[in-house]
Amino acid sequence: MDLAPYLLLAGLEGLVEASVLMLSALGLSLVFGVMRVVNVAHGEFYMLGAVGGWAIASLVPDHPALGFALALLIAPALVGALAIAADRGILRRIGYDPEATIVATIGLSYIIQQVVLMTFGPDARAVEPPFYLNIRFPWFGYSGYKLFIVAVAAVLVGALWVGLRRSRLGLMMRATQFDRETAQNFGIPVGRVYSGVFAMGAMLAAVAGVLIVPANQAHYLMGHDPLLMSFVVVIVGGLGSIPGTIAAAVLIGLSDGLMSVFFSPTLAKIVSTLLVALVLVFRPQGLFGKAETRA
Amino acid sequence: MIRHNPRLFALCLAVIAAVFGAQFVLAGYPVLALTRILILAVFAMGYNMAMGYAGMLSLGHALFFAAGMYAAGMASRYGAVGLPVAFGIGILGAAAVSLGIGLLALRTRTVSFMIVTLMFAQVGYLLTLQFADVTGGDQGLTLSERGFALGPVAVDMTSGAARYNVAAVVFSVVLLGLYALTQGPVGRLFAAVRENPERTRMLGYDVARIRLAAFVLSGTVAGTSGALYGLTFGFIGSSFAEFRTSIEALLYTLVGGPGTLLGPVLGTALMTVLIDRLGGLTAAYPIVVGALLIALTLWFPKGLLGTIRDRWLPWLK
Repeated sequence: MDLAPYLLLAGLEGLVEASVLMLSALGLSLVFGVMRVVNVAHGEFYMLGAVGGWAIASLVPDHPALGFALALLIAPALVGALAIAADRGILRRIGYDPEATIVATIGLSYIIQQVVLMTFGPDARAVEPPFYLNIRFPWFGYSGYKLFIVAVAAVLVGALWVGLRRSRLGLMMRATQFDRETAQNFGIPVGRVYSGVFAMGAMLAAVAGVLIVPANQAHYLMGHDPLLMSFVVVIVGGLGSIPGTIAAAVLIGLSDGLMSVFFSPTLAKIVSTLLVALVLVFRPQGLFGKAETRA
Repeated sequence: MIRHNPRLFALCLAVIAAVFGAQFVLAGYPVLALTRILILAVFAMGYNMAMGYAGMLSLGHALFFAAGMYAAGMASRYGAVGLPVAFGIGILGAAAVSLGIGLLALRTRTVSFMIVTLMFAQVGYLLTLQFADVTGGDQGLTLSERGFALGPVAVDMTSGAARYNVAAVVFSVVLLGLYALTQGPVGRLFAAVRENPERTRMLGYDVARIRLAAFVLSGTVAGTSGALYGLTFGFIGSSFAEFRTSIEALLYTLVGGPGTLLGPVLGTALMTVLIDRLGGLTAAYPIVVGALLIALTLWFPKGLLGTIRDRWLPWLK
């Protein structure tokens, strides 16, 4: 029996998973890096992106491409607005206390999930892909849309990377990350940077959600796994390190596909969760991070 | 022991007297509800040892609750031991699990500690699902052993009154035991580690050991509650190991007042009654929990008794 087609298929599926994971984990990592808080509602922002994408796409029933394009623009913008409201209304008022933020965002995730359940319902909903393209491999055909996800994710991450390194806004974000008080003294509007970063993190998760809906489906509980996996990626990659996050997303996305071939899904989850907890205990800087350099 | 804080001691005795007296005025469903409140209050009091007194916010206490519940339940179901022995095994099981997890998790602090405890608890939950042929998984297991002999007296755990009095006895013992611990030198050490670990270390105390002691105490009391819950109601299941269980302990403690002895008891009672009353609106229950978590962190971080302590009654600690 030839193993090549299986490996190719697992590799392709892993690559798609890795790109979505990369977007969602980068959002979490960005928020942690700049604001030093963990957003437990991150998975719900991903879910809101997917559900919002479905709602917007179903407003334009006859033109899947147009509906999808609108969803990709509007759903993340709405999620970003919600994130800004959460930042102004909750996080800022508790002074970004790391423990209180976790408790409050757990509360936020309960509310979002339940409101979506009560409005959107418990069913999974499908969205038509914006285009149908079957890419022929020698052994099987593969959805061109899924490869489009990979391309969009790569472009977005590249843009984010250049933006952080080259733009004035990126400089302000890095300055805030490096030393909040000095940044404030130099006239950087730290409060607005925080709101912006929190919104950007949420929007990255929402974009990932919109992108995945045509390939999977939208469901009110779909935020759980990405939250856990994003945690895994961010911890393995080193909390707050963007290159580490990207490397870890690719590694984990690819290996997750292979793991679930060999183990039962529950056992795979047990092993990966345990390993990640141990990484956090024994190597808190992550596998790719350097030892603590910043205060 | 009494002289450390006589007013709080008197209040604890009053609470215990009210608990035992309540069965003469209440009957039927309220007794059952109160039984659950007493058992879950033990869980919240245990959680409060780590979170309130020693300042270690764990998101994984479902693991210790479940460890006690499964150790006791499995011993009762497969081990052919009586209920009191199974209860003891449950407590020991929770102590062992919290010691193991404590040695690992306490290498981290604050945010990492929260995530690590959450992940270990998730592993425990998944393990109960993975080994469903032994644990019963999602479906759970019913325990057939429903009575034990206390000297000449046969206690029948299918009777509501017996369950209530067993729960009330365990609750009282835990409450008085924790009173003795928290109001004496040990409680001061916990608070010292919470408020200023560097200075505590400078004064010659082993901070790591104090933290571990608080964590194991906390996990063991939580597990005592889990063991009691399983044996009292004759049922153990994976749903008790879920993340939601950890959040419940956190919520009860936050509502009542972290770092106050009776706060978690009050929080458990209020929240359980509130959820009961919301019975018709069960769909809205997570929204209430979520909104409360946010509101408490925003406006009321010290909880009910914590606020009363700071404003009026400094002995309420």
